[in-house]
Amino acid sequence: MTAPAFLRSKPARRFLRNPGTVIGTALSLALILVALLAPLLAGDPLLQHLSDRLQGPSAAHWFGTDQLGRDVWARVVWGSRISLRIGFVVVAVSLLAGGTVGLLAGMLGGAWDELLMRVTDIFLAFPALILAMAISAALGPSLGNVMIAVAAVSWPNYARLLRSQVLAVRTLDYVEASRALGAARFRQALLHVLPNTITPLLVQASFDIGSAILTAAGLGFIGFGAQPPTPEWGAMVSETRNFINEAPWASSAPAIAILVTVLAFNLLGDGLRDVLDPRGRTRR
Amino acid sequence: MLAFLLRRIGYLIFVVWGVGFAAFFISHVVPADPAAAALGSNARPAQIEAYREKYGLDLPVYQQYLRYMVNLFQGDLGNSLRTQRPILSDLRDFFPATFELTLGAMFFAALFGVPAGVIAALYQDRPIDLGVRSLALVGGATPVYWLAILALELFHSRLGWLPGPGELNPYLLEPHRVTGMLVVDAALAGEWQVFGSAVSHLVLPAAVLGAFSTALLARMVRSAMLEVLSQDYVRTARAKGLAGRVVVFKHAMRNAALPVLTVMGSLLGSLLTGAVLTETIFSWPGIGSYATSSAIGLDFPAVMGVTLVAGLVYSLINLLVDVLYGVFDPRITYA
Repeated sequence: MTAPAFLRSKPARRFLRNPGTVIGTALSLALILVALLAPLLAGDPLLQHLSDRLQGPSAAHWFGTDQLGRDVWARVVWGSRISLRIGFVVVAVSLLAGGTVGLLAGMLGGAWDELLMRVTDIFLAFPALILAMAISAALGPSLGNVMIAVAAVSWPNYARLLRSQVLAVRTLDYVEASRALGAARFRQALLHVLPNTITPLLVQASFDIGSAILTAAGLGFIGFGAQPPTPEWGAMVSETRNFINEAPWASSAPAIAILVTVLAFNLLGDGLRDVLDPRGRTRR
Repeated sequence: MLAFLLRRIGYLIFVVWGVGFAAFFISHVVPADPAAAALGSNARPAQIEAYREKYGLDLPVYQQYLRYMVNLFQGDLGNSLRTQRPILSDLRDFFPATFELTLGAMFFAALFGVPAGVIAALYQDRPIDLGVRSLALVGGATPVYWLAILALELFHSRLGWLPGPGELNPYLLEPHRVTGMLVVDAALAGEWQVFGSAVSHLVLPAAVLGAFSTALLARMVRSAMLEVLSQDYVRTARAKGLAGRVVVFKHAMRNAALPVLTVMGSLLGSLLTGAVLTETIFSWPGIGSYATSSAIGLDFPAVMGVTLVAGLVYSLINLLVDVLYGVFDPRITYA
């Protein structure tokens, strides 16, 4: 039996040749499945059995129990929903906001370009964690505010990226041609420029899902994110850190979950870059 | 060059102003009440009113902003609501510790990241390259606080090789303050016992903070080296029979240094403000810890002060990197 045609195409082969990419894709999909199927895979993440505190991994509790006798496996599984949601929402919001700013700056040019890019510079110079702490301190610690805070520091990358793409694409013949035919600037932007800038944005987005999850978990760790007893991975590491000696699984399981998730999306990003941007292949 | 510098300094001033402006409005158009937070839940309404008046919290936002800017131009960042001290002296006290930690982390990253990247590139796709790349990938995805907890547990609690959190053994006196960096000050004062203690306290947090940068640097050095090694002039150098060592160190590494320099610059900037988590776990008295306690205490003037300084440092480092770029690469001109 031969492989389906799309698997034999050149980009697909390039994608499949790299073991890291395959692992990254498989892991990312597996994580998304785990998040979707959480109710089937694990029990109540909040249920306490104080008589079963700090139990080691067993058949009943795959990842052991924490200091309140909660099942660490259940908390890690349910926590994947929180982290993945943060990752996707933050990247979607940053892409939309940063993409709009970058597209406008690139298409309008001149003084608008200058103004928008300087504003972008300001947000790039903002210390990310400190801004995030300030926002969530001011608005009160919650998951929604964590997303706002992380998006606030990650959109400038998209603005810069899309602007440089627009500038590169704008002078290409087919865009010139559409301008010559009298297409309005807005129409040009949406129809001709935007579709040709998607590739690098997709690669950047894949990396940023990982880094958004890492930043958000860091905020959770220092107490600016989801509040206990929410099973948020960063907060879980923080809650169980004092028991690292007696029950290393309790803080290591969520930490390794963060590691695996970030790694998965980074590998995916690497793979996408290899496939979509052949010139960047040496820059692995 | 001069025109370039002037324009960039203009940008820098604009950016730092913008950072301050944004921080000010984020911290003033918020539902949280700093006065209530500072005075505690037992404060009487009259006390809160008096407190607001004292710190100008009762004025309209734009008047508060004007007041802040006027003070800022006189070098006054205001007083911290929490420590009751001028924020500028707070920052002066806390910043050197962060700087010391960051330099330690950069040292660590350069010490391990650069050789790892060079070796990986020279042995592309061999086991050692795969090993470096895997380690770099894992290092780039590891939550720094977990690494910190593990490192403390292993090297401090279990093995007892290194001291725990803090900057110095509690029974030792801090050396006479010159730079504020304990390692440097102890060396300057010739107090070698203090020096030893300060260095041993620095090792773990610096290594933990530097782990992510080491991973990133190894990746960047590797790709920069691969890029350079495929260039014609490297092939020429090899063809004319130069020793491999000369080609690698003289031809390749010098040319690969430029992109690496940029990465190190931006790493330095992000480390200075990204030390928050590491500082918290290691009880390191730097601006990261200061910012965290300030944010928790809704001490917005202090958070603003940290933000301004961080924005300034970040912009200055970027400027410096751009200038160095021109120094190291004669092809770049500043038009």
